[in-house]
Amino acid sequence: MARLATKGLRLEAHKERSTVQPIATASIAQRLVLALNQQAGAANTSVVNVGDSVLFGQPIARPANALGAWLHSPASGTVIAIEPRPVPPAHPDEQQSVSQCIVIDNDGRDQRFDFPAVDYQRLSPEQLRDHIAQGGIVGLGGAVFPTARKLSSLAARSGTSLLVNGAECEPFISCDDMLMREHAADVVLGARILQRACGAERCIIAVEDEMQTAIAALRTAIEENGEDQLRLVIVPTVYPAGGERQLINTVCGVEVPSGKLPQDVGVLCQNVGTAAATARWLRDGEPLISRIVTVTGDGVRQPRNLLARIGTPLASLIADCGGYSERRHRLIMGGSMMGLELASDDLPLIKAGNCLLAASRLDLTPRSLEMPCIRCGNCSEVCPAHLLPQQLHWYLQPPDHIALDRHGLLDCIECGCCDHVCPSQIPLTSRFRAAKPVLIEQRGDAQTRADAARARFEARTRRLARLEAEHREKLAAKRRQLRDKS
Amino acid sequence: MLSALIIIVLLAAIAGLFAGVRINAHMATGPASVVTLADQLDALLPQTQCRRCTFEGCRPYAEAMAAGEAGINQCPPGGASTAAALADVLGVPAQPVDPSFGTVPDHAVVAFIEELPCIGCTKCIQACPVDAIIGAPRYMHTVIADQCTGCELCIPVCPVDCIVLKPATGRTH
Repeated sequence: MARLATKGLRLEAHKERSTVQPIATASIAQRLVLALNQQAGAANTSVVNVGDSVLFGQPIARPANALGAWLHSPASGTVIAIEPRPVPPAHPDEQQSVSQCIVIDNDGRDQRFDFPAVDYQRLSPEQLRDHIAQGGIVGLGGAVFPTARKLSSLAARSGTSLLVNGAECEPFISCDDMLMREHAADVVLGARILQRACGAERCIIAVEDEMQTAIAALRTAIEENGEDQLRLVIVPTVYPAGGERQLINTVCGVEVPSGKLPQDVGVLCQNVGTAAATARWLRDGEPLISRIVTVTGDGVRQPRNLLARIGTPLASLIADCGGYSERRHRLIMGGSMMGLELASDDLPLIKAGNCLLAASRLDLTPRSLEMPCIRCGNCSEVCPAHLLPQQLHWYLQPPDHIALDRHGLLDCIECGCCDHVCPSQIPLTSRFRAAKPVLIEQRGDAQTRADAARARFEARTRRLARLEAEHREKLAAKRRQLRDKS
Repeated sequence: MLSALIIIVLLAAIAGLFAGVRINAHMATGPASVVTLADQLDALLPQTQCRRCTFEGCRPYAEAMAAGEAGINQCPPGGASTAAALADVLGVPAQPVDPSFGTVPDHAVVAFIEELPCIGCTKCIQACPVDAIIGAPRYMHTVIADQCTGCELCIPVCPVDCIVLKPATGRTH
């Protein structure tokens, strides 16, 4: 077992609640609402119009820029509206945001748009990446970054690894765990496809030691496929072991430097859900139109995992799990540590929606009145990014952006460990999150200014050199003239 | 005798391994265009072009450092973070900026020309390392605040002392 290379917390696990029952197929809603803003910074452009009939899996919106991905219809039916609708928030400060959405009236027939199955071994890595982009495959670990684009960022060099991340560390979420238990073959096939598409030398699947059933399933799948190049690495169950940088440090033994990406150290991370979605797209010709969602918490009657189509109303997922119990206190999208609170369940499922947590009061760490920082240092003991949260907190009152930058605020992964251990109940993570954009803007600003100053300085230096040369040339010409006369 | 031989062979093998890794790391540094050491150092400098380092600008200072003719502690606008970054690239111990090379205000500043006393001598225009001052002989000059790096080189050359430093709004450094 790999030794954990980062700090973190051993949190009380709540996964068993939602892993007792097998994955069920969620009921398919009559109206599916597809947000054109599935990921931050990339609204899609609709390629269908109101009144068009669409097929199951048909592309309905194309990416507007490199940060976007294709969107496909999760059912066959008619487009009845393209209008702004509330969608789950992209930022924790808002409880919901509004995005342009395509609303599809489901005819219940699931007539398929014909995508052929593709033999991935016959495609070149480049063709494979293009094909993956066509399937609307995005990172299902939470960032929803287009997979094809990420795959192309691994430089061709020796010693590169693809790390397939099954270390699902959030205490309530179990969708990756259940996926590996029930669809281990998809994960293994997907890992092989992704490896070919990014050109990594090695392929490693990382799983937490408490996921014994998933480990056994993966072992069997690896053996059955005769995969001798695929390695299974088991990491300790510590939050946040599954954070991209933390996992790379644990499994590969390299630390991703501040301000750099994992690709810079020759490692590419992909979530197991992404691998399985890729496998389904190539093998079955089914684009990313559904995902596994954990519906859990004490606030829901029958916690379990559901295979749900993108665009399904969240209320319908709750209803599939027996509805709310009387202990429901808050509704959170994501886990208890990093999830975002929702104002209502009248929102559609998005690609990023890995978990719906209907939490009771007991499920969440109780928060009382914020007290002054006593500089106990508990936060720096647990910070998996090796930061000093107490010091960052100090420099936030009032904000000293130079000091914050120097203390690595931008390396904060917003895991919430510092909040969890703070005896003064200071909401550190949300403060850090709020301060980051200002810092990013200023940093970019300073760099732009420096670049502009360099360009002007170089232009001036060239101009002075040219003038000097011209002057010298003139003098020499004059001297020659005088000499010729005399 | 034999054990000594084995140890030497092993050490050589390990050294070889590290050399291989280093070569790989170099091969991975992207496009074919050659990035010189001076380029790397220049990229870290704040581009204030203030000459506090005693060189004719940031680029000449970077070249001097690359040639081993200047220390990493001569850039007051860059401060400790720049000095540390320069030390990293050069592989020398980090050290704070030597205060004998001057100091900079806590916040970013830009030059400002008081219009009334300005006689239009063009001396500041010639002194500005980033062409951020415009004007013509015997006409009032002015600073393009957005382009000014706050290097202060225009201040001593002004015969009527009409240039002052003002805080740059919305900048840290």
